[in-house]
Amino acid sequence: MKNGVLRPGHIQLRVLDIQAALNFYTNVLGLRHMGTDPQGRIYLKGWTEVDKYSVVLRESDTPGMDFMGFKVIDEDALNMLEQKLIKAGIAIEHKEKGELQDCGQRLQFVAPSGHRFELYFEKAYTGKWGIEDTDPEAWPRGLKGMKATRFDHCLLYGNNIDETAELFVNVLGFFVSEQVATPEGEKLAQFLSLSTKAHDIAFIKSEEAGKLHHVSFLLDSWEEILRASDLLSMTNTPLDIGPTRHGLTHGKTVYFFDPSGNRCEVFAGGDYSYPDHKPVTWSAQNIGKAIFYHEQEVSERFRTAVT
Amino acid sequence: MLFFTIFNADSGEAFRCAEGTTILQAMELSGYSFIPIGCKGGGCGICKIRVLSGEYRCGKMSAAHIHQEAAADGFLLACKGIPTSDLSISTQKDGPALAWAFTTNLTKK
Repeated sequence: MKNGVLRPGHIQLRVLDIQAALNFYTNVLGLRHMGTDPQGRIYLKGWTEVDKYSVVLRESDTPGMDFMGFKVIDEDALNMLEQKLIKAGIAIEHKEKGELQDCGQRLQFVAPSGHRFELYFEKAYTGKWGIEDTDPEAWPRGLKGMKATRFDHCLLYGNNIDETAELFVNVLGFFVSEQVATPEGEKLAQFLSLSTKAHDIAFIKSEEAGKLHHVSFLLDSWEEILRASDLLSMTNTPLDIGPTRHGLTHGKTVYFFDPSGNRCEVFAGGDYSYPDHKPVTWSAQNIGKAIFYHEQEVSERFRTAVT
Repeated sequence: MLFFTIFNADSGEAFRCAEGTTILQAMELSGYSFIPIGCKGGGCGICKIRVLSGEYRCGKMSAAHIHQEAAADGFLLACKGIPTSDLSISTQKDGPALAWAFTTNLTKK
């Protein structure tokens, strides 16, 4: 977080049917419903998250991602980042305080990948859901479904991912944790981190700009991934692939779809990195193993289904 | 239970679809795989087909894949289409939904 960007803060997702989405994200994924605004947008979070929400659902005729927001440490850092973005030739759009419920002013911009991102420094601090700040119990009772602990990262499909990674590294202060590269050095995937997490955001090169491949939520263990997979069957939720393990990040994972076709992941474990670590490189000819370490191949659906 | 026949005009194959079941679900139950299966939520566009004749109703589908004119021309996502009569369909599409960047080896070493 060398330039003041702390962490992924939220994602606004478009869904075809807001009630079906609310049921899925609360009863299957296990997020908590934290609010609804006059526009009908629904605010949710995983129980370990301290700010009021991390997922915003908006009904639309086209599913996908409206934007992903990163929380910045303070107002000075936000102002400094605005100057850096302008200097990098990025157009900024200002969103007023309160446009998102209980969130301060936001700076929006479109990355060269075609995705909209935003930065903000203030959001209502409601603390972890269901446990106290002082002498906290291990976990709250009353969690539902997969009991997702937090919104963790996104994987996005876009073009110009080299320029996008440069923007994230040089302006926003991320570092490249993992990558997929051809022998000629062409980057097919870039995983970027702000923290010791294996990724806070990832990009895959695609001909089409601005697409969401998946939104990912954290679970505690492989056992929890298995339990989540059981819940997919119990609820007739469309499974994409898993439970399995990634080569990239070595995380344990299962993929499935929300009722509007947005792909979700729950994952556990995996590698850590620090800014002084060299990026882990997977070679393009081993892309199958890089993505699914056991299957060693990537299904047509995983490659092509995006929103 | 009432069944309808779904006829694939491209291949000459046919399967039956119970009343109230989606075209995609019925194809899966029949063991055929000529319609590719995607998100099953009307979002990704992978199961796009065209109804050449017959009646059906549709759940909500992504406007990015089935805009109004396309819907009027009989295009739909099979995961959201429920027949109300026998149908004749085509699985010919206007190209894959999205090109994948990884043009190198995607299968086992």
